[in-house]
Amino acid sequence: MAAIRLIVNGRTHALDVDPGTPLLWVLRETLGLTGTKYGCGAGLCGGCTVLIGGEPTRSCQIAAVQAEDQSITTIEGLSTGHDHPLQQAWIAEQVPQCGYCQSGQIMTAAALLAKNPAPTDADIDRALSANLCRCGTYPRIRRAIHLAAKGGAR
Amino acid sequence: MSATRRDFLKSGALAGAGLVIAFHAPETARATDLAAKDTLAPNAYLRVTPDGTVTVMIARSELGQGTSTALAMLVAEELEADWRKVRIEQAIPAPVYGDMTTGGSASIRSLWKPMRRAGAQARELLVSAAAAQWKVDRAACHAANGEVVHTASGRRLGYGALTAAAAKLPVPADPALKDRRQHRVIGTTPARFDAPAKVDGSAVFGTDVRVPGMLYASVAQCPVFGGRAAGFDPAAALQAPGVVRVERVGNGVAVLAKSTWAAFRGREALRVTWDEGPLATLDSAGIRAKFAELAKQPGQTTRKEGRGAAALAGAARTLEAVYEVPYLAHTPMEPMNCTAHARPATCEVWVPTQSGSGAREAAAKAAGVEPRAVTVHLTLIGGGFGARHRQDHVVQAVLLSKAAGAPVQVVWTREDDVQHDVYRPATYNLLRAGLDASGAPIAWTHRIVAPGIATQMGFLKQGEPDWSSFDGAANLPYAIPNLEVELITHDPGIPLGWWRSVASSQNAYVTECFLDEVAAAAGRDPYELRRELLKDKPRHRAVLELAAQKASWGTALPAGQGRGIAVHESFGSFVAQAAEVEIAPGGAVRVKRVVCAVDCGTVVHPDLVRSQMEGGIIYGLSAALKSEITIEQGRVTQSNFGDYPMLTIGECPTIEVHLAPSGDPVGGIGEPGLPPAAPAVANAVFAATGKPVRRLPIAAG
Repeated sequence: MAAIRLIVNGRTHALDVDPGTPLLWVLRETLGLTGTKYGCGAGLCGGCTVLIGGEPTRSCQIAAVQAEDQSITTIEGLSTGHDHPLQQAWIAEQVPQCGYCQSGQIMTAAALLAKNPAPTDADIDRALSANLCRCGTYPRIRRAIHLAAKGGAR
Repeated sequence: MSATRRDFLKSGALAGAGLVIAFHAPETARATDLAAKDTLAPNAYLRVTPDGTVTVMIARSELGQGTSTALAMLVAEELEADWRKVRIEQAIPAPVYGDMTTGGSASIRSLWKPMRRAGAQARELLVSAAAAQWKVDRAACHAANGEVVHTASGRRLGYGALTAAAAKLPVPADPALKDRRQHRVIGTTPARFDAPAKVDGSAVFGTDVRVPGMLYASVAQCPVFGGRAAGFDPAAALQAPGVVRVERVGNGVAVLAKSTWAAFRGREALRVTWDEGPLATLDSAGIRAKFAELAKQPGQTTRKEGRGAAALAGAARTLEAVYEVPYLAHTPMEPMNCTAHARPATCEVWVPTQSGSGAREAAAKAAGVEPRAVTVHLTLIGGGFGARHRQDHVVQAVLLSKAAGAPVQVVWTREDDVQHDVYRPATYNLLRAGLDASGAPIAWTHRIVAPGIATQMGFLKQGEPDWSSFDGAANLPYAIPNLEVELITHDPGIPLGWWRSVASSQNAYVTECFLDEVAAAAGRDPYELRRELLKDKPRHRAVLELAAQKASWGTALPAGQGRGIAVHESFGSFVAQAAEVEIAPGGAVRVKRVVCAVDCGTVVHPDLVRSQMEGGIIYGLSAALKSEITIEQGRVTQSNFGDYPMLTIGECPTIEVHLAPSGDPVGGIGEPGLPPAAPAVANAVFAATGKPVRRLPIAAG
């Protein structure tokens, strides 16, 4: 076990964890932030996506110690009360079906919009092509990102 | 999985089948909180509290299909509720709810009457209570928008003010239900109840359940189907950080630990000796060869019209083709999991399952207690698609909780999910058609060789042909005078399960693509030939024509592109799709556009119908283009999303959904969007290349 310091959603946590533990499991089981999902454990599905220093990162593929002292944002920290434009657009377009992949989709989309406030369909496809959705919400994800980019769901 | 699914599949007339509203059953109180003072709870499906809140009990599983929202609409319709005051609550499986299975696209169909009757019962009681208070005839009052109104004077009382008095009145057994022209909730698009929690991380899925003192478990299962652990050495696993114990469970071995990651690590270190059993030499090539050999002999006839296969001899021209589909896994995004806390006399289970009642029975058996001593909490579900009727992970969790004396959460890895699923069967299909001298199809024969799901589950009577293999083939809608569909059931031993749209998932592809071969042989436009052969099938024909019209059927496409169409009936609904594809110089297929027309009878929630059509199409496109489970040495070759890929957003076509409700009884929506997708795309490839697609996935050639 090792003492590490994680800054998650603006709060600093001093934790004692097995140093090789992926960030995903520390978020979910040590910090109780279960919005970040386990889908494949291999960086293939995007369900575990969080922002580290603003960059979308597969939390199943990075040891918690590697994220020490960096600013980590999970779906729980994206906004207070659903007021991120993407969350509002997601509800306006009724995007989620089962919902399991949606945290990862939204976090990846948030990183996209932060860099590119008016993405094209091609930009969206490029940014989100490694975020899998088995329910098939892709057409609505595209619409919701465009809506959020236009500020339309507010 | 119970035989109920079969009833759902086979029967259109199933409203209310097997479901009764029972009053004051001993286990009702647990679900509906009858004890709460002044609460109106006339049946197991709803309660109205003095603050005016209407809580609808959802006796089905929410897998993302939106059923919890749609079921609440049925209650609200008859209750004349104020939708802003309607809430939902997941029901706990109990006898009062009957079979709590969510499958066969049957939730709305099976609860169409019970939920509306439940709402009407409460409405009648509230109206009676108001009339008594006002000392007027109850016929002089009506309910509207969460209030009872004295029609003449305009006096009104909110439902909340009436619950105490209404709760004391006798419940009418069979109150009148509204005519559909009076519907004001059914047919509208209220926002889904489950959406807000699914965009902020607060939705609780099975893997998100936390119980004080719980352990996490990962189970090593024999890589070969039917194999078992002959022995194991736990020493290395027990040395891994966080590992608490190692237990044999069923045919496998579990590592229990203080975290999921520790359980996964411990399992990697675990050494198990496997008895691989009799399937260790099974492979896909051998299965395929056996199917082909069996297809040389006649099978059991499941449908015959006219002279059947004998009519081929009199045809001016015949054609023949073999169509094949592979085994498929479901791969819902949330892997299989279950949390259980077995105590000496009771058992509590938290599980994302499509069968709450099945989970209750399985947990009771594993715990060694009566079903009434088991409480099953249905969590939100990270995708079902038929994968979550099985209960083996429930049994694992209960047995491990008993052994450990603590709550245990079993989580399968993605590799476990891909390699230990219950699979959509691979099938082999021999088709023949005969044309007369004018090119008109006069004979059609279809010989199916397939492992049967219902056969494997023991659902069939002796000698009964397996409907889970021939549904969607034997009910071919086309007016061809001589027709014969035969079935040869052969099971290599791969575990089978319901997979979104079941037999229609392969039979729509097989039949609709062969029809395009018939059209090509006859020199006919495939859409025009369908229209002609569907002259007595108005619902098929209406959606076919709508899809063709919206897709601008018949207009020219650039070189290298093609357009295809398909129509199929399943689960009480009729769906046609037209697809446009582009073939890259190397042969890669890109689907550009899918136009869908759906007649699901009466529409409860148009936007949920659209979302299920979109989802069914995309799930179907993954199977058409990419997905295949292959077997080598008795084990699955694929292991994760890298080698069992699904459609990505970049590959997702433009999808247009057009609703063409006929006003007929409600049809299913969870599955019927899938079957036409593969044949529409394959027919578009045929149109573009001139080469029929006789094997899926298309990528496999």
